[in-house]
Amino acid sequence: MSTIPALGPDRVGPLYGALARFAGPVELLDAVRRLHALGYHRLDAYSPFPIHGMDQALGLKRSKVPVLVLAGGLFGAAFAQTLQWYQSAIAYPLITAGKPLNSTEAFVPITFETTILYAAFGAVFGMLALNGLPRLYHPVFRGKSFARASTDGFFLSVEARDPLFDRREIVALLEALGGTEVELIER
Amino acid sequence: MSIQAESVTNGPPPLIEGDHDFCSLTELVCGLVEQPARAWWWIALAICGTFGVLGAVMTVYVILMGLGVWGMNQTVGWGFPIATFVFWIGIGHAGTLISAILYLFRQKWRSSLNRAAEAMTLFAVVCAGGYVMIHLGRIYTAWFMMPAPTTTAIYPNFRSALSWDFAAIATYGTVSLMFWYVGLIPDLATLRDRARSRLRQRVFGLLALGWRGSARHWHNYEMAYLMLAALATPLVVSVHTIVSFDFATSVIPGWHSTIFPPYFVAGAIFSGLAMVITLMVPLRVLCGFKGLITIHHLENMCKLIIATSLLIGYAYGVEMFSAWYGGNIYEQYTFRNRVIGPYGWCFGLMIACNVLIPQLFWFRWFRTTPWAMFVIAIFVNIGMWFERFVIVATSLHRDYFPSSWKMFYPTWADYLQLVGGFGLFSTLFLLFVRFLPMIALSEVKASLPAADPRHAPRVQGDGMEER
Repeated sequence: MSTIPALGPDRVGPLYGALARFAGPVELLDAVRRLHALGYHRLDAYSPFPIHGMDQALGLKRSKVPVLVLAGGLFGAAFAQTLQWYQSAIAYPLITAGKPLNSTEAFVPITFETTILYAAFGAVFGMLALNGLPRLYHPVFRGKSFARASTDGFFLSVEARDPLFDRREIVALLEALGGTEVELIER
Repeated sequence: MSIQAESVTNGPPPLIEGDHDFCSLTELVCGLVEQPARAWWWIALAICGTFGVLGAVMTVYVILMGLGVWGMNQTVGWGFPIATFVFWIGIGHAGTLISAILYLFRQKWRSSLNRAAEAMTLFAVVCAGGYVMIHLGRIYTAWFMMPAPTTTAIYPNFRSALSWDFAAIATYGTVSLMFWYVGLIPDLATLRDRARSRLRQRVFGLLALGWRGSARHWHNYEMAYLMLAALATPLVVSVHTIVSFDFATSVIPGWHSTIFPPYFVAGAIFSGLAMVITLMVPLRVLCGFKGLITIHHLENMCKLIIATSLLIGYAYGVEMFSAWYGGNIYEQYTFRNRVIGPYGWCFGLMIACNVLIPQLFWFRWFRTTPWAMFVIAIFVNIGMWFERFVIVATSLHRDYFPSSWKMFYPTWADYLQLVGGFGLFSTLFLLFVRFLPMIALSEVKASLPAADPRHAPRVQGDGMEER
C-alpha cells in the first residue's frame, strides 16, 4: 500500500488530478478501458510511443489534422495561382516564349509545390495547435517519476475536472486497477 | 491481422537484434548523445571539418573572384556546380523514400533508418542549394527568385523551369525539415527528461516543445505524420521531376526528352540509397547500433538498389533507342558523341558503376557483407555523379552549331569546390550523430513486440483492439 506523497487527500488545494504509473502498455490500456467504462472521461494516458487501440479506449474521435491539411492545401493552391497570375499578367506583364500573360499551364508546377508546402504547414502547425504545443509547463510534469514517461514509463491521469472525480476515492481506484506510485497532482 | 500473426511466427527476421527492452534501447541511443564523444568521432570531425572549411574558403573565393575561376565557358555554361547540384538533390531523395514512401507501404524496417536518412536529405539539400547559389555568379541577385514586391517592380518569370526549380527545392527543404523535426519531438522529450545539466534541460526542453507523450497528442501526432508522409511522397517525385525540367524543357539535344522526369527520379533514389549505405555501414559499427541497423536492413536497401539500377539502365537504353528511332540527326550525333566522343570514358564509367556493378547484389554474399556493399555503394556514388556530369557536359559541348563546340576542362577550383561539398555534408552529418538521437526511438520502441497490446499475452477478448 503506497502512501499518497506530496499532498494528502484532506489538504485543500487546487488539484490538476491524479496520476498513476502502470507496468506496461497492456496494463495501461486495460486501466484506461475500465475507467472509461466506469464513466471517467477526462482521462489521459502517457507513453513513450503511441499504443495501438488507445484512441478507441479513450473514446477519441477522428483527428482533425486532415481537415487542416486540406485547408492548407486549398489555400496554397489558390495563393500560388493568384500570385502568379497577378505578377505575370497585372504587375509585370511581359511576354516570354510567346506564351499568354496568364499561362495557367506553366503555373502548374509552382502551384503544386505551394499546395504541398501549405498542406504540410497545416499538418505540422495544425497538429501542434490541436495539441496545445508548444507549452512550457504542464502539471503532470510534477509527477515524481513522470520523466520516465518518455523512456519506459506508462502513466494515466484523471483530471479533477471530471464530474466523477473524488480525491478520496480516486487513489484507491487507481491502485485497485494496478496503478503504482499513485499521486495527486497540484495544478 | 493474419498477416501480422504470420510474420511473428515464421516471417521475416526480427527488426531489432539483441535482447532489448524500452529502457535498454533508450540507453543505447541516447548514450551516444549524452556521453563524451569517442575518439573516432573527433578524428572523423577533424578530417571532414577540414574539407568543410576548404569548401567554405572556396565559396568565398569564387564569390570574390567570379565564375572565371571555374572551367566553364560560353559553350558549356553548366559545369561541375550544376552536375553536383543535381547529384546532391538526388542524394536527398532516398531519405524521403525511406521516411515517407516506405512508411505508407508499412515497411516497419524503415524505423531504424529514417531519422538518419532524413538528416541526410536535409544536409544534401543544404549542399545542393549552396551550389546553385554560387553558380549564379552574382550571388547578391539570389533574391530575384523570390516573388517579392520591390521598387523595381520586376517579378520572376513563372513560366521558366528555373523558377519552378526554386519553388521545388525551397518546398522540399522546408517540408523535409518539418518532417524530420516532427519525428524528433518525442525523442527530444526523452533527452530532456534524461538531461542532468541545466543547460541541456533548457535546450532540449525548448526543442521538445513541451511534449509529454499524452495519448491525445499521439492521436493527432500519428495523423499528422501520416499526412506528412502522404504529402512528401508526391513532393519527392515532383522535385526531381522539376529538376529534370531544367534540362527537358530546353531544346538541347540529349536533354529535350520526355523520359527525363522518371529517369531522374529513379536515378535520385538509386544514388540516395547508395549514400545511405555509405553512411550506415561504418556508423552502425562505430556507434554500436549493429543490433538496430541489422544486416537485414542493409540487405533490403541493396534490393532497392538493384531495382532502381535496372530502372536507370532501362532509361539509358530508351534514351539511345529514341535517339535512333526519332531520326533526328542532332540527337543521334549527341548520343554517338556521348559514347565514343571525348567524354566517352565518363559514359563508360557511368554504365559500369550504375548498371553493371550493382548487379552483384543479385548474389546473396554481396547483400549481406557490409564491406562489400560499402564498396559497391561507393561505386554507385561515383557513377551517379558521373551520370549528371555526362548529361550536363556532353549535351552542351557539342550542340547544333559546330563553330561553337568547345571542351570543358575542370580547374583546381572546380575540384576543391566539389570536395568541399562532401566536407560540408559529412561535417553536418557528424554533428547530427553527436547531438541528436540518430535512431527514431519512439518508432523503434513501438515496433518491439512488447509494445503492441495485440501480441501481449494478457489481451482482453472484448474486441476493442480490433480495427
